[in-house]
Amino acid sequence: MPELRYFEAVNQALQEELARDERVFILGEDVGLAGGTFRVTDGLMAEFGSRRVRDTPIAEAAIVGIAIGAAMSGMRPIAELMTMNFGIVAMDQIVNHASKMHYMFGGQVTLPLVIRAPGGGWTQKAAQHSHCIESWFVNTPGIRVVIPSTPYDVKGLLKTCIRSEDPILFIEHEMLYSTRGEVPEEEYLLPLGVAEVKRPGRDVTIVAWSKMLHEALKAAELLANEGIEAEVVDPRTLDPLDMDTILGSVLRTRRAVIAEEGWRNVGMGAELAARLQEHLFYDLEAPVQRVAAADVPTPYARNLERLALPNAQRIVEAVLKITL
Amino acid sequence: MPVPLADQLQLYRNMALIRRFEEGVAEAYAEGFIGGFTHLYIGQEAVATGAISAINHDDYVIGTYRDHAHALVREISPRALMAELYGRVTGVCKGKGGSMHFCDPERYFMGGYAIVGGNLPLAVGLALSIQMRNEDRVVMAFLGDGASNQGVFHESLNMAKLWELPVIFVVENNFYGIATDVRISSAFNEIHRKAQGYGMPGHVVNGMDVIAVREECEEVVKYVRHGSGPVLIEARCYRYQGHSMTDPGRYRSQAEADLWRKRDPIPRLAKQLVQQGLDASRLDAIQREVNEAVQDAMRFAESSPEPPDEALYEDVYVESYGA
Repeated sequence: MPELRYFEAVNQALQEELARDERVFILGEDVGLAGGTFRVTDGLMAEFGSRRVRDTPIAEAAIVGIAIGAAMSGMRPIAELMTMNFGIVAMDQIVNHASKMHYMFGGQVTLPLVIRAPGGGWTQKAAQHSHCIESWFVNTPGIRVVIPSTPYDVKGLLKTCIRSEDPILFIEHEMLYSTRGEVPEEEYLLPLGVAEVKRPGRDVTIVAWSKMLHEALKAAELLANEGIEAEVVDPRTLDPLDMDTILGSVLRTRRAVIAEEGWRNVGMGAELAARLQEHLFYDLEAPVQRVAAADVPTPYARNLERLALPNAQRIVEAVLKITL
Repeated sequence: MPVPLADQLQLYRNMALIRRFEEGVAEAYAEGFIGGFTHLYIGQEAVATGAISAINHDDYVIGTYRDHAHALVREISPRALMAELYGRVTGVCKGKGGSMHFCDPERYFMGGYAIVGGNLPLAVGLALSIQMRNEDRVVMAFLGDGASNQGVFHESLNMAKLWELPVIFVVENNFYGIATDVRISSAFNEIHRKAQGYGMPGHVVNGMDVIAVREECEEVVKYVRHGSGPVLIEARCYRYQGHSMTDPGRYRSQAEADLWRKRDPIPRLAKQLVQQGLDASRLDAIQREVNEAVQDAMRFAESSPEPPDEALYEDVYVESYGA
């Protein structure tokens, strides 16, 4: 199987779907001539033209709003936000409009819309360019949240999302774009709402997604050296959420650690911990642990940023706390 | 081209229907049948009526939270609209939307939106669809004077003109953004001239004169349909009631309100019709017909069932993924 980098897998998914369905088009900042800030849309304007790979002004609310208007009239737009941070500028269009319209109009309007945006810290981008805010959108009914961690997952999930009838926030991670993984040459689609056990183990379950999935896998390696077998579960999509796989894993291991790059307060980890105790209170051997970002705006200084963000070592510490 | 008599009668009928519908809404609101925020269009009837009469039935209309009139002019049945206001399952959005969120894509009424200016990028997106598919359609987007101070107004005008999209922005300038006078909220309150900042034609029209609105819009629609790019029209008008049902409107003087009521668009057109030789009894018959339609709508709404409990979780998503 050929190896692709994550950004190349996204590019392939976009290319294939643009070629398959002429209603699909891309709009966003620097997506056309420049080929995307992270090279994700490289070559697509040359192949599909400037009408279907459309450069826009820096106007995130309008980018998302225009995509909504196009989606409600039969097109299948993919709006790219250069980074998740700028999605905050488009919050009104995402939360007040895209997430609400199907419901508040009694099902008469459908929005086959994908909003792609990369997030994440780790390279000293400071407070306004390091957001991992997926939990904000999981808290909002009416929009799906998909957050793949590998080239294989990102391609198969993105193709499914582009064919979906619902608005979807598709969150990539800036630090994952250059990572490599096997991607089949033949076409494949991955279903939403299906988690994957990325590493089996019997002693503790680590739930992690996006870049933290890779930190969790590193942690599992370190723990294996200590004789602790960690099972690593990647939900891949946070809405819909495959609770069955997560509960099944924790029911076997009886211990759980949730690792996320977003803030700890009222984060996705808090939601998962609540659900685990609702379903498995009497089966748990130890309190559910959360590993997350420090509740501070992300600092610039390298040492402070490393203190603020969670990593494999923190995951190991959390696991040791409940397994020793 | 002068507006034919039959069309003038239709304009009269639609304005009379809007006025009577809104009076019925006010009564039902006072009796507790309607909840939430409800914004009446009384006084502004000539704008929606004249503007929408200038487009085809398959051109898109997209509105704001003050959307009852636009839906009525799009010929959505008063029964379905009143039932929506009563929160009944027979409502145009199954009782899920209410006053501010009427919608009927089959009649190309693409919804009412309650975030000021929020519908404008959607209008541009509808127009982008039209352009990408080479359709013979235009978009008519309604907004208020207040929306012209929002960021997305400027983003939307810029991108509509940048891509030469077929949109007509109709500003219903009733001079108040809720309670705040346009003169103390907009640095430049000749709203139609804001279009010039984007190289877009901007026109102003007397929004209390339905014939003037119709004639202006016919010209503009021709220009936009021809592919010449977007246009903004400012229609100056006045809402007689408060911003919403809970607003007593203390920020406006009686003298100002009296002045505008003298310009009322409905008697104005009635007078013109009689001058053209129309028998006044025809207008009385129209009034009786719309009175009956509104009464029928209220009876229908009151006797309709509320949405069933199962509806709570319906239509959140199209696809369920078993999760």
